[in-house]
Amino acid sequence: MSRPSKAYIAGAYEHPTRHAVDISVAQLHADVAKGALADAGLTKDDVDGYFCAGDAPGLGGLSMAEYMGLNLRYTDTTETGGSSYVIHLGHAAEAIAAGKCSVALITLAGRPKMASAGPSRNYGDDTPDTGFEMPFSPTIVNNYAMAAMRHCHEFGTTAEQLAWVKVAASHHAQHNKHAVRQEVVTVEDVLNSPMIADPLHRLDCCVISDGGGALVVVSPEIAKSLGDRCVKLLGQGEAVKHLNGGKIDLTYTGAVVSGPIAFAEANLTPADMDLAMIYDSFTITVLMTLEDLGFCEKGQGGRFVADGNLISGVGKLPFNTDGGGLCNNHPTNRGGMTKVIEAVRQLRGEAHPKVQVPDCTLAVAHGTGGQIGTRMGSATAILGRNDA
Amino acid sequence: MSNGERSYQQPSVTVETQPYWDGTAAGKLLLKRCRDCGESHFYPRALCPFCFSGETEWYEASGRGRIYTFSVMRRVPAPYVIAFVTLDEGVSMMTNIVDCDFDSVAIDQEVQVTFRQTEGDYALPVFTPVGG
Repeated sequence: MSRPSKAYIAGAYEHPTRHAVDISVAQLHADVAKGALADAGLTKDDVDGYFCAGDAPGLGGLSMAEYMGLNLRYTDTTETGGSSYVIHLGHAAEAIAAGKCSVALITLAGRPKMASAGPSRNYGDDTPDTGFEMPFSPTIVNNYAMAAMRHCHEFGTTAEQLAWVKVAASHHAQHNKHAVRQEVVTVEDVLNSPMIADPLHRLDCCVISDGGGALVVVSPEIAKSLGDRCVKLLGQGEAVKHLNGGKIDLTYTGAVVSGPIAFAEANLTPADMDLAMIYDSFTITVLMTLEDLGFCEKGQGGRFVADGNLISGVGKLPFNTDGGGLCNNHPTNRGGMTKVIEAVRQLRGEAHPKVQVPDCTLAVAHGTGGQIGTRMGSATAILGRNDA
Repeated sequence: MSNGERSYQQPSVTVETQPYWDGTAAGKLLLKRCRDCGESHFYPRALCPFCFSGETEWYEASGRGRIYTFSVMRRVPAPYVIAFVTLDEGVSMMTNIVDCDFDSVAIDQEVQVTFRQTEGDYALPVFTPVGG
């Protein structure tokens, strides 16, 4: 079987640091770029397209292009929070297919541990929603907690079921020497951790870490010259979801739009996936996203994730085999990039042997950005092994 | 655990939303609806987000509604309840639930608007359970 692919991921790199005490944000971006280019067997002089989001210092991609000495004929700085990098992946493929560039570099980096804890967001007083939300103190965690509370109310989802998402992530993280939290936890451990914002406990929340990651996306012609470690981008979809003029429904995510677009382009279904890499800012994010991507009926996400169903080698759908944001890392509070990187490892057969999915051929990587309880970006990518 | 109520940050106010905040300062919750399609929306805008008509008008809401969802934020010095309340007019708004036992707050609970002075010149619409 050889499925068509507009573009290939030739290089992927995740920075090993989780606490960048003595590395600047600009250097982090350049470090991960260098790592991904080396992984691809390319150099910075091969790059003619650059993609970054709001975590890149400077105006759009201008400052980082200068810092890295890139000579570009294409740039895209779409900013949708943690989903940005999965959107960039699709945009890079489209630009390559249109002949606008042939080697696209995507970078993410940041050091939130080095910054003081500020408000959850501050986009300026001209942001039209700010005055109607910020005075009520919607932190990131209680924004997600409100979606979780409504999901529990409508569908009977339980705290135990949410906890299973964390348990699965922790089973994978024990094999990742870079993971912030490598200890295996139980459902009881999650439920016994302090309540942060009902119904989310501390262990329902992702880690905070410095670091970053990068991807190199290339044309099919260049991929052919680089060998069989290149991974196919088979389909991609994106969506923006918001509060809809006050007619709200917090029980679903933008994945209901981005997922079907991506699966249709790939001519595949959720049942075809060997691995799911799902942005896991909180346990509820995973549960709702899996429902919305079609891995189970709407409202059945709690049952789907329970009893180890997401644990590699145990359940039916291995997820976040690097430990994800819940245990491994969460560079600059944006999780889309690392989901793609671990999917690439798996599709190359280069994941840790304890979590490697046997004969991993097809994977979905999904990014969520902004906040699930208000306005959010969603992006879904369907990836395939070189011979998929 | 509703003791020690926190202070409220000043909202950012624009020329477009000034009447809303003048309303809350006077103890009124104002909404906007569209003269063309008839739909109310929130937060209030000059252009209707449903039909894009520029013919939107202010009106005073009943101030009654039900809790759509909420979360008690516990890991802060003065815990608080964040919520979305669905007003009887059919739109939902982010707010806080006040003057109650936080452990008794529930989805679908009936609530009534009340107001809290901010650190600045404005007042915020918050909600309290009806009839205890």
